[in-house]
Amino acid sequence: MKYMLIMRSTPAAVAEHENTDFAEVLTAMGKYNEQMMNAGVMLGGEGLSDADEGAVVNFDTEDPVVTDGPYGEVHELFNGFWILEVPSKAEAVEWARRAPLGRGARIEVRRIHEESDFADYADHEYVQKEKGWRAEQAQRRAQTAP
Amino acid sequence: MSEEVTERIAAVWRIEGASVVATLTRVTGDVALAEDLASAAVLAALEQWPGEGVPRNPGAWLTAVAKRRAIDTWRREDRRRERYAQLAAVLPAETEPDWEPIPDDVLRLVFIACHPVLSRPAQVALTLRVVGGLGTTEIARMLLTSVPTVQARITRAKRTLTAARVPFETPEPAQWNERLAGVLGVVYLIFTEGYAATAGQQVVRPDLAREALRLGRVLAGLVPNEPEVHALVALMELQSARFPARTDATGAAVLLEDQDRRRWDHGQIRRGQAALAQADRFGKGRGRYALQAAIAQCHAVAPSVAETDWEQVVVLYEALSRLAPNPVVELNRAVAVAMAGRPADALALVEAVAASGALPTSHLLPSVRGELLSRLGRRAEARGELLAAAEAATNTQVARTLQAKAEALGSH
Repeated sequence: MKYMLIMRSTPAAVAEHENTDFAEVLTAMGKYNEQMMNAGVMLGGEGLSDADEGAVVNFDTEDPVVTDGPYGEVHELFNGFWILEVPSKAEAVEWARRAPLGRGARIEVRRIHEESDFADYADHEYVQKEKGWRAEQAQRRAQTAP
Repeated sequence: MSEEVTERIAAVWRIEGASVVATLTRVTGDVALAEDLASAAVLAALEQWPGEGVPRNPGAWLTAVAKRRAIDTWRREDRRRERYAQLAAVLPAETEPDWEPIPDDVLRLVFIACHPVLSRPAQVALTLRVVGGLGTTEIARMLLTSVPTVQARITRAKRTLTAARVPFETPEPAQWNERLAGVLGVVYLIFTEGYAATAGQQVVRPDLAREALRLGRVLAGLVPNEPEVHALVALMELQSARFPARTDATGAAVLLEDQDRRRWDHGQIRRGQAALAQADRFGKGRGRYALQAAIAQCHAVAPSVAETDWEQVVVLYEALSRLAPNPVVELNRAVAVAMAGRPADALALVEAVAASGALPTSHLLPSVRGELLSRLGRRAEARGELLAAAEAATNTQVARTLQAKAEALGSH
């Protein structure tokens, strides 16, 4: 099963983080990632740039409202993610516990959908189309691969 | 609550079991004892953690408890003083919260679990247990055998290792290649057992294959300068990318030519390609796993069977055949030759395998022969071969697929 570990933190925690030595943060995160890679469970992950470079599109109103970051009423910011392949939710959670994060940080552990989750909609036009898109995309990447 | 803790202990063991056993083996010099101590520590965790909470560094806790238990035992037995002194010397360090396992210890553990004094089934069971961090119940389920069988295999393996006084070390340079090949062989055997289930109802047992793939990635981290390790990872990634398309809604096997290629795991294909590229980067030439991975890659990147670079596949099989002659490889080579448009040449290769007397009971020989005869328009003979293949197949799903193919050829 694949899980996404979604890293969130409060703007206050992010601000506090800015005062800590960035090299130390890099080392701690690097070690954590290395552990997961050496355990053969990490498939990928990315970190996001500062929220003030971003924007939020809010659908509460008929015309979506766009707010520039760091978006006032949003209490937790999505800062990055890891993709793990592990046999159980318990193992995904156990890895999440080990992340070098502090107060104000959260990790949300979510299973990534598999094709079998859509078995009831296997004939749906867009479920079919999506399979094709994924394959085509991969084909294009394969041709440019090393 | 306690069920949660039980699950958590299993997860901790998966993540840290190998490191714990490896550390204990280094300290005690005895993998059998180390495994017993680690198992006892896990039992202690099952008793204590639900009430006392899970310690901040669970791996360090398990290691410390196991060591204390070892010392208690030895103190009671009042012998092995030397080892006791050795343990007493390192014990204070174990209460440090930042216990960091030594990767080389895990590598030594891998070499012990796959040691040539052990039988293949023993190597597989011990590797899944101490390197994979799986419980005996899980191993039994994955290997389609009983818990007592797995326990007996592990016990026997430990006894054999103790009797042979197998040292806790990485092999000498002179033996390195052969021993590493042994380790890769065990990992690939676990993978193939999951990839092409040889017995029973299921065509694939993805959990077993995934565990083998994970072990391969662990190995690649431990010995990053060995091209064949990356090649093995590549091979397993590329082959397991086909899992989603290998069975139909009823669980029956779907042959490569009939698979919906859109259902392949394309992320996994990319990872496989990257691993093969990494293996090739060493510039040492392709070994058996790299050649097989390259073949799997030809299939993985082809939009359809017809658009596959079969000439390239034939060349790769020829190289593989020279490097590691094997009747199954010859049959696959024959299939590739047929797909490259030369079914008569292919049939000659199959007849050569048959004449050598290899694979007398396998369904592969009649199944390939049947396919080729069918392509050459010799339907009656083809049907006979496919029926014989269905008869010989031990996997019920494979047998069903072959039966259907034979029936499709009609009875004339």
